[in-house]
Amino acid sequence: MAKSVVQEFQKGLWAEIPPFRLVLGLCPVLAVTKSVDNGIGMGIATTFVLVCSNIIISLLKNVIPKQVRIACFIVVIATFVTVVELVMQAYTYQLFLQLGIFIPLIVVNCIVLGRAEAFASKNGVVASLADGLGIGIGFTLSLTALSILREVLGKGTFYNMPVFGASFQPFTFMVEAPGAFVCLGLMLAMMNIVGKK
Amino acid sequence: MRNMLKLFLIVALFSCSSGALLAAVKNSTEARIEYQQLKFVKGPVLQEIMAGCSNDPLVDRFKVKDGEEERSFFVGVFDGKRNTVAFETFGKGYGGDIGVIVAVNLESDEIVGIGVTTHSETPGLGARVKTEPDFTAQFKGLSIQEPYKVRGDGGNIDAVSGATFSSRGVCSAVNSAEEVYKRLKPMIMEKIKA
Repeated sequence: MAKSVVQEFQKGLWAEIPPFRLVLGLCPVLAVTKSVDNGIGMGIATTFVLVCSNIIISLLKNVIPKQVRIACFIVVIATFVTVVELVMQAYTYQLFLQLGIFIPLIVVNCIVLGRAEAFASKNGVVASLADGLGIGIGFTLSLTALSILREVLGKGTFYNMPVFGASFQPFTFMVEAPGAFVCLGLMLAMMNIVGKK
Repeated sequence: MRNMLKLFLIVALFSCSSGALLAAVKNSTEARIEYQQLKFVKGPVLQEIMAGCSNDPLVDRFKVKDGEEERSFFVGVFDGKRNTVAFETFGKGYGGDIGVIVAVNLESDEIVGIGVTTHSETPGLGARVKTEPDFTAQFKGLSIQEPYKVRGDGGNIDAVSGATFSSRGVCSAVNSAEEVYKRLKPMIMEKIKA
């Protein structure tokens, strides 16, 4: 192992932060970041799936034959996604209703399968755990940042609490689909500027 | 050939253990999910179709054994009498089962109202069976004793345009409510007096 566990964890937070650097998992990023609670909820759900599937796959990497590895990965990932779905339904029903179809769609999120294939199937358990946690937290942070920007500007609220006075006219554009692309692009541009220095 | 068998076995083993885990999780969350659905899905629908009742149907409910399964019945009090029950049945829609709550007056056997609870119909098309009150209002005051069909199939219910499949699903849910009602009415009467 070339890198330490800490480095594996840290890379997910900046160097390989998912939607911006890896440019993966854009579908939920664009769709659910309309409000802060949705963004955080989706991030936590994805992190849970990512960490669990990374652990299981790195534990079983010697058992899984090469020819059917993708099928096995998908079974593992789909299992954890269904667990998340059931638990969310039982404890955070409102959030479950809001995120709707995007929870089951974590199964086909490129980040999760990407980490399984590119990292967990080649590395040990501890490194895979660190990798999953790092990427997951990075993903949650990106979703949160994006949803703060969109909710504050688009609806004039933060976590459903108004932040501006009554005279504030919300930029409805920001909570619609094109606004998501524009925000994502601007944040990526800013990250590039900061990264260059 | 042996290699193929091995691959097959490994994938099968993965699927089996995944199934076992999911069954366990489902078992342990089932009760909570039922409560949450009662509160957030059935609650608003019940309030809508039993508007004007003087009790809380979510609290005032009982279960009746129907063969293998148990059905929940919600009681509505109108004019001081416990004369209305509401229960949920399912019909096949376009994207899966459509859940419909049907409220029936026990004295006149008339439908007090129906409302769609859960569904997975296409947003903007089939999903309109839930959001267009004109569609569900057609059932109000009709007898629960008769089967209903959409007009295109020779019945007297106007389907939501562009959502014939989903409208059929709602009709078939109401029809299975009819069967349930016929089958269980004696037991419902017994429980409601208790």
